[in-house]
Amino acid sequence: MQNKIEVSDFSFYYGDFQALNNLNIPIRARQITALIGPSGCGKSTFLRCLNRMNDTIPGARADGRVLLDGENIYEADVDVVTLRQRIGMVFQRPNPFPQSIYDNVAYGPRILGMARRGSLDQMVQESLEAASLWGEVRHRLKDPALALNPGQQQRLCIARAIAVQPEVILMDEPCSALDPVATLRVEDLMRQLVDSYTIVIVTHNMQQAARASDWTGFFWLGRLVEFGPTEAIFSSPQQELTEAYITGRRG
Amino acid sequence: MSRQRSQRLAVALITAVAVLVFVPVIAIIGYLIVSGIGALNWEFLTAMPRNGMKEGGIMPAIVGTLILTMGTALVSMPVSLLAAIYLAEYARDNRLTRTIRMAIVNLAGIPSIVYGLFGLGAFVLAAGFGTSIIAGSLTLGIMTMPVVISTAEEAINSVPQQFRTVSLSLGASKWQTIRHQVLPHALPGILTGMILGLSRAAGETAPILFTVAAFYVPTLPSSIFDQTMALPYHLYVISTQVPGMPLTIQYGTALVLLLITLTLTLLATGVRTTMRRRRDW
Repeated sequence: MQNKIEVSDFSFYYGDFQALNNLNIPIRARQITALIGPSGCGKSTFLRCLNRMNDTIPGARADGRVLLDGENIYEADVDVVTLRQRIGMVFQRPNPFPQSIYDNVAYGPRILGMARRGSLDQMVQESLEAASLWGEVRHRLKDPALALNPGQQQRLCIARAIAVQPEVILMDEPCSALDPVATLRVEDLMRQLVDSYTIVIVTHNMQQAARASDWTGFFWLGRLVEFGPTEAIFSSPQQELTEAYITGRRG
Repeated sequence: MSRQRSQRLAVALITAVAVLVFVPVIAIIGYLIVSGIGALNWEFLTAMPRNGMKEGGIMPAIVGTLILTMGTALVSMPVSLLAAIYLAEYARDNRLTRTIRMAIVNLAGIPSIVYGLFGLGAFVLAAGFGTSIIAGSLTLGIMTMPVVISTAEEAINSVPQQFRTVSLSLGASKWQTIRHQVLPHALPGILTGMILGLSRAAGETAPILFTVAAFYVPTLPSSIFDQTMALPYHLYVISTQVPGMPLTIQYGTALVLLLITLTLTLLATGVRTTMRRRRDW
């Protein structure tokens, strides 16, 4: 099985504070990797290290390597802008731009000069279809995105991320602001998307990790305690701490 | 005094003071309208002054003020906008940035007559522009920069951080993010600041006194190196320098100047409210 991303001996610091401690994680291509752990354990920080969104934080510093298709994304000559096009991101709260549905999805392709006028419509449609939102919005593409309900908004954000044709999609607790029905729709969507994309999801929701992911990593205080196939992690964790956390005794 | 009574007294006092603020505005506008409306007619707005400015119109002063306002915009707006973008998006907290901010604060505190003298020294004499529209526009432009920069920076800072984050995460460069997300959302605030800055520039006398304003020219300016008449200075001249000036012409001139600045202020308010209605976050 092929690793899309290979994290090796990776540490991350905010100034003097070490947020991530010597991580080694394989992210399998076209699989869903879930990262679980209590608040503040570093899983979101880790996610943002994968597309270098932490670069903008003053005093932040990374150590070690993150290989994307074998190339270290922390090399000095890496173009961060191109990297972020290859590794898309969906955020905790649905955050569409206060523009039309169409313009939200078209934003990335327009910026990156990916589409001439004719095929832009096509790209928007394909992205919305891939995010299983097309049927609900096809007749009101010019409506403001903020008029959608939160679940639809989050799927719109996924469509917006897909539109720039990334290889990896990072999801930072994408369902934490959604109701259970909307949550299940996003999980279904993830299962569809994983045929074409590598997905890494951070979640607080243990059932979500168990239901939707192929691999699970358990973070504790900036360290990776345990990593393995989701089924194994949830049925027979090797570490006591993992077991305590997933059964709700710790965390 | 009981708590209820002191409460009532405080509210009454605060309300009275707030109403008091309103009084001068109404008084000034009302007095000018009553005294000046008689002078306003088509000839007053469109004719050249005649008979030692005691008759005819004030057209060259109106045109001059409009030209100077535009000139000020051309000088001040691009520089101020770029400076605001730099300060809000790029500047790190270092000595250079602190120096720039200090300079802006100090610029805002300089009396307008000092700007006038600076313009005289720098643009009229040193740069050799002479008393001219370009010298006046540069002087007024520099004078409006601090307020325009400050409001634009504030408007840019008020754009939610998440728009930038999302844009960057989609592979947009920092400049693309500023150009396509930050500036469109900051536009109402930026425009408001710009128009208010211009409205102040349109009404200023001191900065144009030595740099551009003419006592009387019988023709309209034909190039940016010409002098021009302008409403604030014209008002000063006809109020103090011309004996036997009919009062209605003085009040009429003041009324026209007030209408121009008032229009700009209302325009700023209008821009802000209509564009703000369109956004919701």
